[in-house]
Amino acid sequence: MIWHKETTIPKIDLLVLPGGFSYGDYLRCGAIAAKSPIMNAVKKFYDDGGFIIGICNGFQILTEAKILPGALIPNVNQKFICKDQDLLVTNNTTLFTSGFKNNATISIPIAHHDGRYFLTNAELQELEQNERIIFKYKNNPNGSTGDIAGVSSKNNRVLGMMPHPERAVDQDLGSVSGLTFFRSIITGF
Amino acid sequence: MTSEETTFRFKVEVVLKNGVLDPQGEAIKQSININRLGNVLEAKQGKLFELSVSSKNIEYAIKDVEKICSDLLTNSVIEDYKYYEVSE
Repeated sequence: MIWHKETTIPKIDLLVLPGGFSYGDYLRCGAIAAKSPIMNAVKKFYDDGGFIIGICNGFQILTEAKILPGALIPNVNQKFICKDQDLLVTNNTTLFTSGFKNNATISIPIAHHDGRYFLTNAELQELEQNERIIFKYKNNPNGSTGDIAGVSSKNNRVLGMMPHPERAVDQDLGSVSGLTFFRSIITGF
Repeated sequence: MTSEETTFRFKVEVVLKNGVLDPQGEAIKQSININRLGNVLEAKQGKLFELSVSSKNIEYAIKDVEKICSDLLTNSVIEDYKYYEVSE
């Protein structure tokens, strides 16, 4: 666990920015966290080719830090949505998704108020052309551009996603799609 | 604040860019029109910030405000901003 006030990252294989409500999501979701002391080290870790996952608030922080494109804004219906979502795996060539079949439908829950992924048309085209859209919602719950639920960085080593794979790791939780996700990462290293 | 510095007060207005769907603005517009308060074609909801900036002159204060706006108060992907100096 690395505290937000720290300024260095120890030698690690994978950095995970988890969900939550950093700094109360004041100003904009993830905006103040993106300026916290550890973030310079996170940017350096990214520049050096480190693997990073941002889940929910972690994804919001990565967009605010400009490590990933676009922005996450309030859901179109202005409501907090906590619900299982059917997702389409649209790129299974990443470290994070190699255990899934391409175009497989998987089930992972979302739990957010600010999950509408906004991109300009030019950015959307760029992501599509370079196969950087990793997950899509089958039934868009929040108004995200292009039904996008997860995207990768240019070098495919950073993944940002609003759904919570860590909440889909046991049949008692309703789905084990998250297990495949985390096993992909372990197998891929 | 050092003895050579003066306090300058600013207001910063932030709104969503054109093309970013604003459901809050849309709901406000509908309420205005349904209640016959006016015939509003578009309504946007934004944010207002008030900043008191200590600086040696107005030019430096404006430079600071510009940086505060672009680096923290707004996200250029979704928002536009403008700021102006206000008297006490």
